[in-house]
Amino acid sequence: MKAALSRRVRSAAAFLLTALCVVIALVPLLSLAWLVVSRGWAGFSWALLTEVPGPPGGAPGGVGNALAGTGVVVFWAALLGLPLGIGAGVFLAESDHDDRLASAVRFTADVLAGVPSIVAGIVAYGLIVAPMKRFSALAGAVALAVLMLPALARTTEELVRRVPGALREGGLALGIPQWKTSLRIVLPAAAAGIATAVLLSIARIAGETGPLLFTSLNNAHWSLAPDQPIGTLTVQLYNDAISPYPAMQQRAWATALLLLVVVGLLNMAARVVAGRRAEGAHG
Amino acid sequence: MDETVRMAVRGLSAFHRGTAVLHNVTLDVRDRSVLAVIGPSGCGKSTFLRCLNRMHELAPGASVTGEILLDGRDIHGPGVDPVALRRRVGMVFQRPNPFPTMSIFENVAAGLRLNRMAGDLDAVVERALRAAALWDEVKDRLRGSPGSLSGGQQQRLCIARALAVEPEVLLMDEPASALDPIASARVEDLVHELKARYTVVIVTHNMQQAARVSDSTAFFYLGRLVEHSPTAELFTNPREERTEEYVTGRFG
Repeated sequence: MKAALSRRVRSAAAFLLTALCVVIALVPLLSLAWLVVSRGWAGFSWALLTEVPGPPGGAPGGVGNALAGTGVVVFWAALLGLPLGIGAGVFLAESDHDDRLASAVRFTADVLAGVPSIVAGIVAYGLIVAPMKRFSALAGAVALAVLMLPALARTTEELVRRVPGALREGGLALGIPQWKTSLRIVLPAAAAGIATAVLLSIARIAGETGPLLFTSLNNAHWSLAPDQPIGTLTVQLYNDAISPYPAMQQRAWATALLLLVVVGLLNMAARVVAGRRAEGAHG
Repeated sequence: MDETVRMAVRGLSAFHRGTAVLHNVTLDVRDRSVLAVIGPSGCGKSTFLRCLNRMHELAPGASVTGEILLDGRDIHGPGVDPVALRRRVGMVFQRPNPFPTMSIFENVAAGLRLNRMAGDLDAVVERALRAAALWDEVKDRLRGSPGSLSGGQQQRLCIARALAVEPEVLLMDEPASALDPIASARVEDLVHELKARYTVVIVTHNMQQAARVSDSTAFFYLGRLVEHSPTAELFTNPREERTEEYVTGRFG
């Protein structure tokens, strides 16, 4: 009896301790969300989404061009990064475990995943900005594509590997070449999971600032051109936040809230896709 | 060479990472007949089957020696593309493996479509599904998912899929072992019908099944072919003592 009691006490104490950890971990997260919502809400308006930023010291205007600009940069980044990342993932999954090229690619991806995001900006600066002698949306997109590659490739590899080998054999036994079996039979079987990974990787790069500072730079005007500097929510936020003008600081808070909403929506979409997939697996 | 021989296996040995799993097998597969391959687990019967369409060599570290002649030509010859070979020697697996992202129709059409083979797809799909005795059950839901079919129907779908590319030989690796007795009986009936047009090699654990469906039976043990005889003879009057022990259930 006594032993059972002391065991129950210890169990309760351990539970309380872990629960406390959860609360402590949630405090900064919730206070951050509260801070952004409470400060940003005042600057949230239709104009924020549709107008260009006003001049320093003048009317605040909006960050509509930066919202569109983030869309443009992410679009080009996805166009470059998704085929490369998914393709590399399929290659890794289909190659033998002891294949030396695959091992090299895998190692590179794992190292790349740990590289600070600003380094991706330097790479894009060297590859695009320096030869073009101009900051551009495309340079920003290349930086973001480099960032999304490793995780996307490794996740795709995992998901493709999880497709039962029986499907691959079924294709090969029909006399379908291996590359076509991979792309037309195995990859579609992993498509739902890959869609989730794609959305998460886009959510991750949509919030990046560092690699954009000296690649896509910034632009106070409307621009969708890939070969021109372009405004993005994150760089606009950064510039506004360090400005001395209260109106611009207010705009920074509102932009932060907008960014939170955009990234939140992308993550929610990823969850919905993942949920559908789980349902499909049971049904 | 005897014209009724479709596949001739000559001194076939198969290896996995240097270890022999099949030793010096020689046998003939007669045209439009059913060859049953029996033997205890691990005796090499599946490996033997996978050598016949060169699927064995896909595994890392796998290799073979010896000859397998299909219509008199060595399938390991320099001019033979294993991918093209597998269109002539089809295969059905132990567990039904329909392609889950494709409809019933697309599953049957997959071999033709993905190989860019010519043909009237509708006609080919219907013919293959009829040959697999599945047409009447699925003709109203060809666009539906194969996931809605029962296990036995899925297996017949896989048989239809294999037949759609018009193979000469059909390899079946325990095609009924994952099915209930009724579905299993239907697959057996199907094998009976298939031999009018195809040459069938079927691996099975079930000796009654082998006795019912096959014309000749090969008994494998420890990677060696012990005996290959007409089925009636092998089960009632085997030449080898080990065959008798196995078919009468004294080991295995």
